[in-house]
Amino acid sequence: MTRRPGFLVYGLLAAFVLGSCAPLYWSFLVGSHSRSELTSRVPPLFPGGHFLANAQRAIEAVPFWKALGNSLIVSGTVATSVVVFSTLAGFAFAKLTFRGRTPLLVFVVATLAVPTQLGVIPLFIVMAELGWVGSLWALIVPGMVTAFGVFFMRQYLLDAVPDELIEAARVDGCSLLRTFWNVAVPAARPAAAILWLFTFMATWTDFFWPLIVLPASNPTIQIALQQLQSGYYVDYSLVLAGTTLSIVPLLVLFVLTGRQLVAGIMQGAVKG
Amino acid sequence: MTLESSSRPGRAAGSPAGEGETPSPAGGPEDLLQESEREPGHPPRQRTPVVAARRPGSWRSRFFRLEARTAPYLYISPFFLLFAVVGLFPLLYTAYVSVHQWSLLGGQGDFIGLDNYRRVLADRYFWNALRNTLSIFLLSSVPQVVIALCLAGLLDTQLRGRTLWRMSVMLPFVVAPAAVALIFGNVFGDRYGLANSVLEAIGVSGVAWHTDTLASHLAIASMVNWRWTGYNALIFLAAMQAVPRDLYESASLDGAGRVRQFVSITVPMIRPTLLFVIITSTIGGLQIFAEPRLFDTKGLGGSDRQYQTLTMYLWELGWRVRDLGMASAVAWLLFLIIVVFALVNLWLSHRAGSLSRGSRRTSRGRSRRRTPAPPTLEAP
Repeated sequence: MTRRPGFLVYGLLAAFVLGSCAPLYWSFLVGSHSRSELTSRVPPLFPGGHFLANAQRAIEAVPFWKALGNSLIVSGTVATSVVVFSTLAGFAFAKLTFRGRTPLLVFVVATLAVPTQLGVIPLFIVMAELGWVGSLWALIVPGMVTAFGVFFMRQYLLDAVPDELIEAARVDGCSLLRTFWNVAVPAARPAAAILWLFTFMATWTDFFWPLIVLPASNPTIQIALQQLQSGYYVDYSLVLAGTTLSIVPLLVLFVLTGRQLVAGIMQGAVKG
Repeated sequence: MTLESSSRPGRAAGSPAGEGETPSPAGGPEDLLQESEREPGHPPRQRTPVVAARRPGSWRSRFFRLEARTAPYLYISPFFLLFAVVGLFPLLYTAYVSVHQWSLLGGQGDFIGLDNYRRVLADRYFWNALRNTLSIFLLSSVPQVVIALCLAGLLDTQLRGRTLWRMSVMLPFVVAPAAVALIFGNVFGDRYGLANSVLEAIGVSGVAWHTDTLASHLAIASMVNWRWTGYNALIFLAAMQAVPRDLYESASLDGAGRVRQFVSITVPMIRPTLLFVIITSTIGGLQIFAEPRLFDTKGLGGSDRQYQTLTMYLWELGWRVRDLGMASAVAWLLFLIIVVFALVNLWLSHRAGSLSRGSRRTSRGRSRRRTPAPPTLEAP
């Protein structure tokens, strides 16, 4: 293969990556200057020394720690639950025979086309009936299992576990649940990790639904950010210090698992 | 230069590339050992211990039969139960709410037929929101797909530190839209923003990013582009890596340069993925909410709703005006618009496909498999 990249390719890529990082750096930059420094016309290029003070003010202005905790609880619970239920259902669709399997699977895939976001009004009414508006249940329960997750795990398990292995486990006297646990779950682990990561991120970054069902006193981190800039005069050193803080958790997760995430996208394009 | 196993025909939609291709063995548990040892690519499997031999007629075999019949339904039931409650029912119920008077606080009122739809369609803010949504969508998706394609082309070379490049490109994706909106809201500040400072430094007068309609759409589109371009580039890259490398070899023998190869081979070969990205970004783009909502402090899309999108309009009707009936009508209209757009996209791409030369090879066989949401499901 004679496609060895030259200087131009690296240069263009580096320019793109710099462009990707610039807004994040800018956020930190503004967040690290005091309000009065920012009113000078020339924007500073180096961080000032006020980040911690600004962050402290941001944390006091909104229920920041509560929001962070809420986001962790909701995203963690939803991601775990999606993985558990999707793996179970994916295993059934990939490896078990039962009446109606094909039409049911087609139905699952068809639901992918329905934008659930558009059902927000009745969903809100349902949540109000259940008395869940304002509590984290309203965020957790609707996301507990997704069609994408079921389909994703089914596609993976189809090839990751040979049918014979399952037959052998049955012959050896394994119940189905045990077969699932001892044969399918270990094989599904890589796909499950990717599904967990993506679900966690999607839940963490969601804004629309939490804005509708959560009150100001019990926000997720994204809603807390929104509260930071409410009011007539926007104090950007406060807002962007809080924004920078809010980005850190996912950034850490990204640094730890970026490799798997990239692999997931590259695979997702194949298996979606 | 590898002609990967993926070029073999006859593999079902959606099976993973390369690894995991199991030649179906003749049968019994004896083959199994060899089978699992033959595939080093798989994670190590736990061997299940022999618990008990199956005796026909025993309680165990009766339990097995019962379990085989009921367990699959049990395993898939969480999805169906939950979808019934939070997916299907709301969608239908939206239609029900949309033909009633329905206030957020008072609840259900009289049946009024299509009156909500009539009121929405007569509201100039609906058409304003529709225009804004389409404008932002076009400003974001077109450059995004083009840049992502080029970026993927750059990444689809023998780079040093490949994983690191891919990760860096993907970085903006982990920043939540709400955070993106706040950062860009500052960058595009009307008085002291970075964008205007740069413009003024090069002698152009500052732009009113928050009041001018087109400028605000550009600013919001740039948020969307910033977050999604790298992600889409990786999806394109995945598809590009499946393009058989010998095509490039013969093309360069014929004297085609790199750009020519990219335009004439790479792009036509990844057409199904291209279509997938276009459709998903259409669906996402038409529902855009967080970015314009947080672009200013009031959240109504500018002083004269210069950048109020359809989802924002829905939110305003439902939770500010507190008219859930009208909001539901908007939800259904938005749903219809999305469906129409998806169909137009499909139709356009089919036309484009039948016009372009290279696509005939693309549309069947191996590259079909690369479609992320496979239209053809393998019969189980």
